[in-house]
Amino acid sequence: MNIKLLKLLNKNARYSMADLSSMTGRSIEEVAADIDELEKSGVIRGYKTVVDWERLDNSYVSALIELKVTPKARLGFEEVAKKVMKYPEVESVYLMSGSYDLCVMVKGKTFQGVAMFVAKELSTIESVTSTATHFVLRRYKELDVELCDDEHDDRGHFSF
Amino acid sequence: MIDYGKILNPEVLNIKPSGIRKFFDIAETMKDVISLGVGEPDFPTPWQIRQAGIKSLEESKTRYTANRGLQALRETIAAYMKRKYQITYDPAKEILVTVGGSEAIDAGLRATVCSGDEVIIPQPSYVCYEPITQLVGGVPVVIETRAEDEFKLTPEALRAAITPKTKVLILPYPCNPTGAIMEREDLEKIAAVLRDTNILVISDEIYAELTFGGKAHVSIASLPGMAERTIVVNGFSKAFSMTGWRLGYACGPKEIIAQITKIHQYAIMCAPTTSQYAAIAAMTGCDEVVAEMAEEYDARRRLIVDSFNKIGLTCRNPRGAFYAFPSIRKTGMSSEEFCEKLLAAKHVAVVPGTAFGRGGEGFIRASYCYSTEHIKEALRRIGEFLEELS
Repeated sequence: MNIKLLKLLNKNARYSMADLSSMTGRSIEEVAADIDELEKSGVIRGYKTVVDWERLDNSYVSALIELKVTPKARLGFEEVAKKVMKYPEVESVYLMSGSYDLCVMVKGKTFQGVAMFVAKELSTIESVTSTATHFVLRRYKELDVELCDDEHDDRGHFSF
Repeated sequence: MIDYGKILNPEVLNIKPSGIRKFFDIAETMKDVISLGVGEPDFPTPWQIRQAGIKSLEESKTRYTANRGLQALRETIAAYMKRKYQITYDPAKEILVTVGGSEAIDAGLRATVCSGDEVIIPQPSYVCYEPITQLVGGVPVVIETRAEDEFKLTPEALRAAITPKTKVLILPYPCNPTGAIMEREDLEKIAAVLRDTNILVISDEIYAELTFGGKAHVSIASLPGMAERTIVVNGFSKAFSMTGWRLGYACGPKEIIAQITKIHQYAIMCAPTTSQYAAIAAMTGCDEVVAEMAEEYDARRRLIVDSFNKIGLTCRNPRGAFYAFPSIRKTGMSSEEFCEKLLAAKHVAVVPGTAFGRGGEGFIRASYCYSTEHIKEALRRIGEFLEELS
């Protein structure tokens, strides 16, 4: 069952082949072949590390940008989204239901830098009729991983 | 000066304190203990259950409920028992909501066992059956289940243990600490021994939702002729991660439930009201969350079993509950010695098999109610410990 395998990798991409084999009850060879296949077919798109940059002096700012788009013949939602996603500053792009059309997560070194990127690049795209920028102030949880440490195991060491 | 020796009940004084208390205390003084020692889920109670509890508080549902428990909860339990285990109970007369499964076991034994009556207890098993039997003046008759029988209760062993004084059989499956389960065909054989007797079964099925390998739990009460001689004890702690809510239930023939209810009424009044409202939400809207937790336990189970076998401690596949029960015989140490030395040398806490009865000698109980990272680190340290021994 590849779903089981994907769920495990989605939780921790660094499980060893031996761990994955144990946990799925399949041989190491089978697991390796499955992962290979999932990568080739594009189901697995990549492996990344969840970093809490705020713990380093190397922090960055990020913002959620609401884009309103009036699709034109040449530049529909799809085309705008594909144009937006090519900027290295852009971390993710989603087509949304509701009061705006594209949700764009942007990352930069400074507030100023992000604001300038929105003003100079995103808002000048043809078809984009308005932008609203919301800066992220604190990250509590990212990609299922909690970034604050106030949870602890309060169960003690023993119970029957 | 008051003479406590004259105050205290000799029956209570006779209960032996847990022999491993000292070693628990040592663990408490260590800073970096990595434990596989607990018998409760690491998952928090699913949010929708907590929300139902909170909502009941907001609506000021803060008074006693009926002694037996909320009518709505008893109806929910009846529907659940029917849906999950194909047993029909009358919510008005055959179900009692208790303070954890523990209270159901205690009151069940108190309602039935008289001085000198024998209570058959398969071991290794959960620690409460023997002391409670002693407290009510009963005589515990221990059957030591064996690894070669996958720690199941066999009809032969049961038949050999039955005497004219036998009153109750405790059936603790899925089993803490062995992870053993009793499948339908195993239960059929036990039922065949019991059907023509006057022996009551107290079937502790608290881990019923946690069985692995595609075999759903079977309750002995669902077999022909067994419901009339069985009290099923179950609860919310393990399946729904609700240990702190202290909520369980007993289902059985109305003649017995009525008497257990009397004890409950005078000793307890009723189970916690907030927990009862939360429990309704647990049984009605949480199948998916429960299945997800079971899937996670299954992955951990496979990981811990493989890891024990890889470092050389033979560990059979536990079929239920959330414990691995590997053999440590090859080290030549007793279970307690192994656990003490492991704790001292590597700060890893596991429970000696002997905490669950003499038959647990040669085994340790390692809970897998922990993240996979935690389990891997614990097993890495146990591996080091074994290497340094040889």
